[in-house]
Amino acid sequence: MTERFAQASGQGCRNAPVLKQRGQHEVFCGLTSIVWLHRKMPDAFFLVVGSRTCAHLLQSAAGVMIFAEPRFATAILEETDLAGLADAHEELDRVVHELLARRPDIRRLFLVGSCPSEVIKLDLAVAAERLTAVHAPQVRVQSYSGSGIETTFTQGEDTCLAAMVPDLPAGPEGPEARELIVAGALPDVVEDQMRDLLAKIGIDAVHVLPAAREATRFGVGPGSRVALVQPFLGDTLAALERRGARHVAAPMPFGAEGTTAWFHAIAEAFGIPPEVVDRAVAAPKARAERAVAQAAEALRGRSVFFFPDSQLEVPLARFLTRECGMEAVEVGTPFLHRQVLDGDLALLDEGPTLSEGQDVDLQLDRVRAARPDLTVCGLGLANPLEAEGLSTKWSIELVFTPVHFYEQAGDLAGLFSRPLRRRDALKVGAVQPPAMP
Amino acid sequence: MKLTVWTYEGPPHVGAMRVATAMRDLHYVLHAPQGDTYADLLFTMIERRDHRPPVTYTTFKERDLGADTADLFRRSCQAAYERFRPEAMIVGASCTAELIQDDPGGIAERMGLPVPVIALDLPSYQRKENFGADETFYRIARALARPCEKTARPSVNLIGPTALGFRHRDDVTELTALLSDMGVEVNVCAPMGATPSDITRLGAAHANVLMYPETGESACRWMERDLGLPFTKSIPIGVGGVRDFVAEVADLLGVAPGLDTDRLRLPWYSASVDSTYLTGKRVFLFGDGTHVRAMARVARDEMGFEVAGMGCYNREQARAVRAVATEMGVEALITDDYLEVEAAIEAAAPELILGTQMERHIGKRLGIPCAVISAPVHVQDFPARYAPVMGIEGANVLFDTLVHPLVMGLEEHLLTMFRADPEFHDAAGPSHHGGHAPLVAAEEGGAGPRAPVAESPRDISAKKTEGGGATGAIEVVWLAAAERELKKIPFFVRGKAKRNTEAFAAARGETEISVDTLYEAKAHYAR
Ligand code: SF4
Ligand code: SF4
Repeated sequence: MTERFAQASGQGCRNAPVLKQRGQHEVFCGLTSIVWLHRKMPDAFFLVVGSRTCAHLLQSAAGVMIFAEPRFATAILEETDLAGLADAHEELDRVVHELLARRPDIRRLFLVGSCPSEVIKLDLAVAAERLTAVHAPQVRVQSYSGSGIETTFTQGEDTCLAAMVPDLPAGPEGPEARELIVAGALPDVVEDQMRDLLAKIGIDAVHVLPAAREATRFGVGPGSRVALVQPFLGDTLAALERRGARHVAAPMPFGAEGTTAWFHAIAEAFGIPPEVVDRAVAAPKARAERAVAQAAEALRGRSVFFFPDSQLEVPLARFLTRECGMEAVEVGTPFLHRQVLDGDLALLDEGPTLSEGQDVDLQLDRVRAARPDLTVCGLGLANPLEAEGLSTKWSIELVFTPVHFYEQAGDLAGLFSRPLRRRDALKVGAVQPPAMP
Repeated sequence: MKLTVWTYEGPPHVGAMRVATAMRDLHYVLHAPQGDTYADLLFTMIERRDHRPPVTYTTFKERDLGADTADLFRRSCQAAYERFRPEAMIVGASCTAELIQDDPGGIAERMGLPVPVIALDLPSYQRKENFGADETFYRIARALARPCEKTARPSVNLIGPTALGFRHRDDVTELTALLSDMGVEVNVCAPMGATPSDITRLGAAHANVLMYPETGESACRWMERDLGLPFTKSIPIGVGGVRDFVAEVADLLGVAPGLDTDRLRLPWYSASVDSTYLTGKRVFLFGDGTHVRAMARVARDEMGFEVAGMGCYNREQARAVRAVATEMGVEALITDDYLEVEAAIEAAAPELILGTQMERHIGKRLGIPCAVISAPVHVQDFPARYAPVMGIEGANVLFDTLVHPLVMGLEEHLLTMFRADPEFHDAAGPSHHGGHAPLVAAEEGGAGPRAPVAESPRDISAKKTEGGGATGAIEVVWLAAAERELKKIPFFVRGKAKRNTEAFAAARGETEISVDTLYEAKAHYAR
């Protein structure tokens, strides 16, 4: 590991005890990630094989995007599909043929597993293979699980990206290739900023997973290096490592500090001197620091409590405590992936309760006792907590809004400061939610 | 397997949640995986509720499947009882739990909890949200309501309002006042606001007012049979609907049919001259059966619109909707396939859509104004102001709701007169709506008039309609001059003009549309 980023007091939260909880989880399932993944891959279609509940979840999570052209849909299982698996496969073939005939623009089709499809053991990998044989080379059919019994929210992106790895062509054999794979879906504008800075540092062979189009697939091999831009991609990382790629460990590129450390770690892996990085990032880094400082005014000295949701909690707690002057009370995460989070854990000062998994009622008791200035939680909990006088930031925005790297660092801080500024700005008297039958 | 893009109704357990969330001191233990907790946000975000729905989800995972999901259910049930101490509980399974067949009802019964526990059996792979709400409330009523002494004064129960319903909150207030004017008290309003002990007193009323058949009919039928409570059939929406309702209640309870119309403004607003432009506006209605059939009557008889098409997504109401459609001279569209609805609206080319949040999006794509009159609805359709659709104030609200999306009377003439004027040009749209230029306006040139270009999900499963619409086998071509002329017609009637002209040309076997054809057609359809 690189020493280039300043350690917190010693090991930070690397060895801190973790409160493990196994009660009711109040989180989305992995299907939700289709809502942003399908925007990132304009030639891909996501077909969930599931129930009316799955279709309703997607619709509720997609909410505001309902009138954009959706490249996702649900093949809703009916009574007859449950009776026999052979028939279910036949039905699926029928639905896929129908879909592809009408959408000739589709190059990649993902069959996405759900709880019902998994419980009845409908093997979508087999179906994908069969369907690829029929529709290749026009369309590549792949499958992954977004089910709630296996995946939590952002993990759906992980299972999706991991499923794409085995199909990637063989890539560079030796390190002289200097090829970098960046894993994690980023908005285009952010991806361009990242590529630009990497080029300035001297790294031009950059591949992004997921590739925007099937045609821009790239190879992976022992000569590839992998950096993550999202902390929830543990399976994807493991799949790439199985193909020989080597992990560049780094904190996540949130905030000026995280972004700088991320570029330094990559440069080091490629044998590029740190001064090159410092020169390349000087201007955007200074801008980011100014922007964060400005937005952080409302955050300084205030406390924050994270409910487990997106797996972004640890890196964000690191950003909010170190760059915005906040104090973390509890940092909950659905899943604590130590290898991926090592850089962030090391920087996070000891103190907050680290919790993994959830028992929502107990956690609500804890947040009520702590009464933090800001609570980061899912959509289902936000208004009820506001009604109890707690300011909240709903975490789903963190995956829908550009928040990575320097130019977005100020926006990221702004996402957290807005609820607090709003509370200060409103002069409507004590907020008493109306009696509701 | 059914390919589905958007759905009008959620699964049946969401219907059960609408009942549980509307009630007080009732708790729902739902055997379900973690992702199903998304349903909480429907209530806390869309309806802005200040409490979590009273639902405990077992959130079983893959690893539990091999072990003991039944025990997980038992523990969740026990913990929920101890934490929330409800007066009664309902228990059931979501779609995934239905497959693992743990029998939540049986488990809960054997636990011997000290409160009534009502088992729900909601077939997730056959039925939908409204059925779930209706069945749940019926089960609760059947389990708890007993014959009891009637109230001394005439009284009714208000049956059907739930959480997430379209304007249910304000309809209850409005009807309570209307009934009070007649000297009729509300004994219990349920599910909304009722506790399980209130449910035991349902039998004390003299009759039931069935506000929403979607969510209350089974309970009303059962109460009619087992508690001897007759129930109302008329829907108090619109002036006619309210009058029928008052007469029906008076008849059932033997009270005078009093109706205070001092605040009723719809009839005068509709008669006043500015409303002349509403005459014959073609409307397409789609939503739940109850709102659609009531609103169709309002549209035709109280606004002077022409009903160009109507339908509902809930099959349970198909018969009632078909009957009204026949009366309106159209064929009812009964489907829950969003793409079919979109195609039907496009083909009918109405000037106004009355629908759900989905039809709002269809309207946006097609450049047709839309007012929302039925669930499912979005956050902006839970207004802060008082806005019932039932009763006297409901009629007033409806006038505003149905007129608001349209271009106003005088403005319509100005648009026609000054169509090349920079302020009045097409893209400006109705002056009282900011930034809603219809998508058609952006188009230039090309071969013949085109449909708006917004993207649509229909591509994925609807059969593509050929070319420009209802011309059947004959390919009709717009000559350049005629196309230019068509563009001069204000956008809000252009769709109709285009469709009429093509139909006119096709009927006469013409394959080209000239400026003359356009005006021939205009004269032909003039009213
Ligand atoms: S943004 Fe669109 S989907 Fe969301 S509430 Fe508004 S109209 Fe409906
Ligand atoms: S948790 Fe399972 S059943 Fe529920 S929406 Fe997600 S995949 Fe579908």
